[in-house]
Amino acid sequence: MVFADFFKKKSSGNVAKDRLKLVLVSDRANCSPEIMEQIKNDIINVISKYVEIDVEGLDIKITQTESEGNNGSVPALYANIPIRDLRNPKE
Amino acid sequence: MGEVIVITSGKGGVGKTTTTANVGTGLAKLNKKVVLIDTDIGLRNLDVVLGLENRIVYNLVDVVEGNCRIKQALIKDKRYPNLYLLPSAQTRDKTSVSPEQMKKLANDLRDEFDYILMDCPAGIEQGFKNAIAGADSALVVTTPEVSAVRDADRIIGLLEANEMKKTHLIVNRLRTDMVKRGDMMSAADVVEILAVELIGIVPDDENIVVSTNQGEPLVGNETLAGQAYMNICRRVIGEDVPYLDLNNKGGLMSKLSNLFKKN
Repeated sequence: MVFADFFKKKSSGNVAKDRLKLVLVSDRANCSPEIMEQIKNDIINVISKYVEIDVEGLDIKITQTESEGNNGSVPALYANIPIRDLRNPKE
Repeated sequence: MGEVIVITSGKGGVGKTTTTANVGTGLAKLNKKVVLIDTDIGLRNLDVVLGLENRIVYNLVDVVEGNCRIKQALIKDKRYPNLYLLPSAQTRDKTSVSPEQMKKLANDLRDEFDYILMDCPAGIEQGFKNAIAGADSALVVTTPEVSAVRDADRIIGLLEANEMKKTHLIVNRLRTDMVKRGDMMSAADVVEILAVELIGIVPDDENIVVSTNQGEPLVGNETLAGQAYMNICRRVIGEDVPYLDLNNKGGLMSKLSNLFKKN
């Protein structure tokens, strides 16, 4: 097996296949801008019930993350939500 | 009722037009009545690949705009009595035609022809939308390269989103010598990545260049590419055809390397 793996690593065909598999995960996960906008608005609505957030500074996107399972990287929703005021929650 | 098939790929230069010309000619050789429609408005090429460039009078846009009847624009290929070409317009752009108009055109041709093949332009914009609008099924052409396979994946996604009933894959320009030494993805690798049904593997063959130079499709002749294209045609009409042995030069060494690849 070590011998076979040695050959596997060297072949550019397998490199191509592995790279393609990775790039297609993110290609396929690409949400339409409309859906991303809806997700963003819903997140703002939910979080705003509890704390005051900086709507202008809010950033959400789909990225890659390593999964704990054996299938390597998976798409993940990343959200950076700056909080304006944590101590004075809205009523 | 004829079947409308779109030949598409996303990436340019992978062999859409060559495939359209050869599959169309092959189906005509199998006694099917075929019309090939070049939907690449502004970048007309199917006519030269077929060797019919000197016979164009009217084009696709003329038909859609009602400047002539469909029959007047169709060019009959004198070498194959069942083969017709509807050429594209060279001096217009993709917005000259709408998806609805293409759909109507395809439907108008169904009564007369067994197969209506749409040669799709590269890209995913208006030209692509026009070409797939009236199609029942799609042949996605790709080469075993990362850029072509990535674009094919995008196209397959868009075809699904547009509710294309059937999508088949053609792996074009495969070099068995490179696959054998591990420097090119195999057709099986490409099929695994794209998860779509394979309908043909066409080897990289110098004869394609010669045939395009001469304006004479090579489908059905003794060359490897000619045989591969004819096999695709027979699969399109529903025959069960085994895949060509492209490894006919393979001896003990290729069997050994195949053993290693399976590990």
